[in-house]
Amino acid sequence: MIRWTFFIALGLWLLVLVGLKLLIAPPIPASVLTLYLVMTTVAIVLFVMANEDRWRAFQAPLRAVFEGRVPRFVQAAVLIALPVLVMGAAYLRLAPTHDAPFEPRVVHPEPPSGFNLKGKRISVSGLKNPLRTDGPELAARIAEGKNIYYRNCFFCHGDSLAGDGHFAGVFRPIPANFRDVGTLSMLQESYVFWRVATGGSGLPKGATPWNSAMPVWQDFLSEDEIWKVVLYIYAGSGSTPRTWEEGTHAGHQ
Amino acid sequence: MSARWPERPATPTARALSQTYKGVLKVSLLLVATYVVAQALSGFLPAAGYRDLLGLSNRTAVWIVAELHLMFAAFVLGVPIFALITEVVGVATKDRRYDDLAREFTKLLAMAYTLTAVLGCTLLVLFVVLYPKFTAYMHGLFKPTWALYLTLIFAEVIFAYLYWYTWDHLQGARKRWHIALGVMVNLWGTALLFIADAWVTFMMSPAGIDEAGNLTSLWAAVANLTWMPINIHRLLANVAFGGAIAAAYAAFRFLAARDDAERARFDWMGYVGSFIAIGAFIPLPFAGYWLGREIYQFSEQMGVSMMGGGFSWLWILQAMLIGSLFFAANVYLWLGMGRIPGAERYTKFQVPMMLILTLGFLVWATPRSIIATGSEMVAMGGSHHPFLGLFGVMAAKNTAVNVMILTTFFSFMLYRRGNRVAVVPWAAAGKAVQALAIAAAAVVVVGYGVYSYYVPSIVRIGYSVYQVTAVLAAMVVFVAIDIPLLKGAREIGPIAWGRIPARAQYALVFLAVTFTWLMGLMGYIRSGIRQHWHVYGRVADESANAYTMTHGDATLIVSGIVVAFFLLVAAVFFMAMREERKA
Repeated sequence: MIRWTFFIALGLWLLVLVGLKLLIAPPIPASVLTLYLVMTTVAIVLFVMANEDRWRAFQAPLRAVFEGRVPRFVQAAVLIALPVLVMGAAYLRLAPTHDAPFEPRVVHPEPPSGFNLKGKRISVSGLKNPLRTDGPELAARIAEGKNIYYRNCFFCHGDSLAGDGHFAGVFRPIPANFRDVGTLSMLQESYVFWRVATGGSGLPKGATPWNSAMPVWQDFLSEDEIWKVVLYIYAGSGSTPRTWEEGTHAGHQ
Repeated sequence: MSARWPERPATPTARALSQTYKGVLKVSLLLVATYVVAQALSGFLPAAGYRDLLGLSNRTAVWIVAELHLMFAAFVLGVPIFALITEVVGVATKDRRYDDLAREFTKLLAMAYTLTAVLGCTLLVLFVVLYPKFTAYMHGLFKPTWALYLTLIFAEVIFAYLYWYTWDHLQGARKRWHIALGVMVNLWGTALLFIADAWVTFMMSPAGIDEAGNLTSLWAAVANLTWMPINIHRLLANVAFGGAIAAAYAAFRFLAARDDAERARFDWMGYVGSFIAIGAFIPLPFAGYWLGREIYQFSEQMGVSMMGGGFSWLWILQAMLIGSLFFAANVYLWLGMGRIPGAERYTKFQVPMMLILTLGFLVWATPRSIIATGSEMVAMGGSHHPFLGLFGVMAAKNTAVNVMILTTFFSFMLYRRGNRVAVVPWAAAGKAVQALAIAAAAVVVVGYGVYSYYVPSIVRIGYSVYQVTAVLAAMVVFVAIDIPLLKGAREIGPIAWGRIPARAQYALVFLAVTFTWLMGLMGYIRSGIRQHWHVYGRVADESANAYTMTHGDATLIVSGIVVAFFLLVAAVFFMAMREERKA
């Protein structure tokens, strides 16, 4: 078995490449695919190098080719195939495409310490949803929030809150998917309130390029209505707001 | 402090005291010179809130010198811990090699202390000259701690000199006094670290001041929210760093060795250095997680900037570096098993271990926010991939790192029993319990990792504690069984020290370089998340450099610092070798 190390390593690498390319849908973006392949290559090479017998067996066919101990046509095939592969890779990398360039963007832009809401200064730090109570009135507020959501947000964020509303396809970036484990569940309600209230134009400079089409909802909704929508999108997507232990949030104002 | 330790004295006590006196004198002169230069420059230059240094921005100048100072400080704090541990092991095992090893590395400290002190004094001058207003503010707040800091510098110097110069004299029955000196060196060193951390962490999570920035409680300012997490994180990192640099030194000496005896000696040294480095490295992610949690708790803005905002991309680099550390550590151990007769029994475990490490690495390095072209984003339905997105969150990353830690620990344990066969009657049962402990920990880690997708974040954070506890408990159970299990074990053959491929030594050098790179990168993130604040939310940075750099520029500076550090370290190694040849 060990004498086939080179071919097993090569086969494994190709298997990983094919698996990543074909078995995962939607396709993995090229940036992540490259990352995975580099790490896989490093892992395979290190594994081979970590044992003297494996390392010698791995080198044997390479040595045989480059030291001329194989038939001439094999040597020629390898020596032609290598630059052709490099050429192919270079062509694929440099060939022009009609695709829009990628936009490196941050997942969650940092919230400001405070922002203006209808002329009133709101401090984000320590801000809590005043409508999130334990009583029976919570269900009614969520229902109201749902109503507001369907009148205003549904068109972009969708019926299932997955960012797949009727208009979603025309936006870059597309609307947020509230069902994604990395969106609402990661954030405190104060953060979501800030994002809804100030929309795309309220994003900090550090968040560029963003190009968010999110309206500034404080121009259309009251403070209570925004909080109700926040209640609904958490409830409707099955998420729970991020919280911290009481008394430990010593944050600056 | 001098560039090299002077000749070792013939009459021990008096000469040790005499050399210590000279050391204290040199430190005093250096400090006086620093004060005079800083005062002279302050008086000579026109008054300003900020100044640049000969065209170089004040931020870059301070950044480079501060990071280099910190790296050498980590070295001179980490190596004495490393030396003390090996010295104590030498006493406990009655193996003279450990004492020689500790002495060998203490020798490296002389030049490193000098560089640390010179860099520290340069940094102080730069603070006073380039950031006069802010330095005056910080000095005013922390005045008593400065006095304590200076006192501790002298205490550290005195005990470090005594520790070195009494090495040969305090042997045998007097060894305990030498160990006591080593403990004192480490105590003062740790106290110095804690004080410096108070200044740094106050800038991140200020406390003990009123709205106007006036001091209300010095203790509150010192014991701010991030102080203790950074203390613990840096303390562990210093041990790992000291061990890694020591291992790199041994690797360097191994590669330059002229005969088998020398190769065997430095092979063994490299192993001990890497053992301590990786031992201290294993709990580091836990300490780092605690620090991250405290940052979030202090300020959600700062936490979001760090993990989800502009700095989040740097964590992918961090994942690449730490994943590479795990790879390198395991590969070094597996290569080392080649010189242990009997260790081939465990080669079969390398395939599943490498598979687990690679999968863990892939998960850890999966970015949450993916770089994608327009068509790729359309295909994914956003910037988050519906499947890979699951790996981009902390639930997956915590699981991955815990599994990688467990695997590396297992690798260590296999290495340890490489040439030994347990002969106790309960060996089979003992091994079964050990396997069960590892399996149980893996189930707990993966189980909680998967389940944490279904619970609120506050509950999920609690699960990470269970995961860590399971891994630590498995380690404790494994080692507790392993010690009696291998007592009186039959030895298949002696370890053939020195018979290890040269590439294993490059793995050790890689460990040291990667540790250093990580320190530079993480240090930048920790400091950078303050953004345009000197003291977060309280004292704004009003200089022209109060902007966040591009990641490309920042990582270039970090990498440049790492290169400069290793050039200086190479000089330290060279001086140590030259001294040895002279002797």
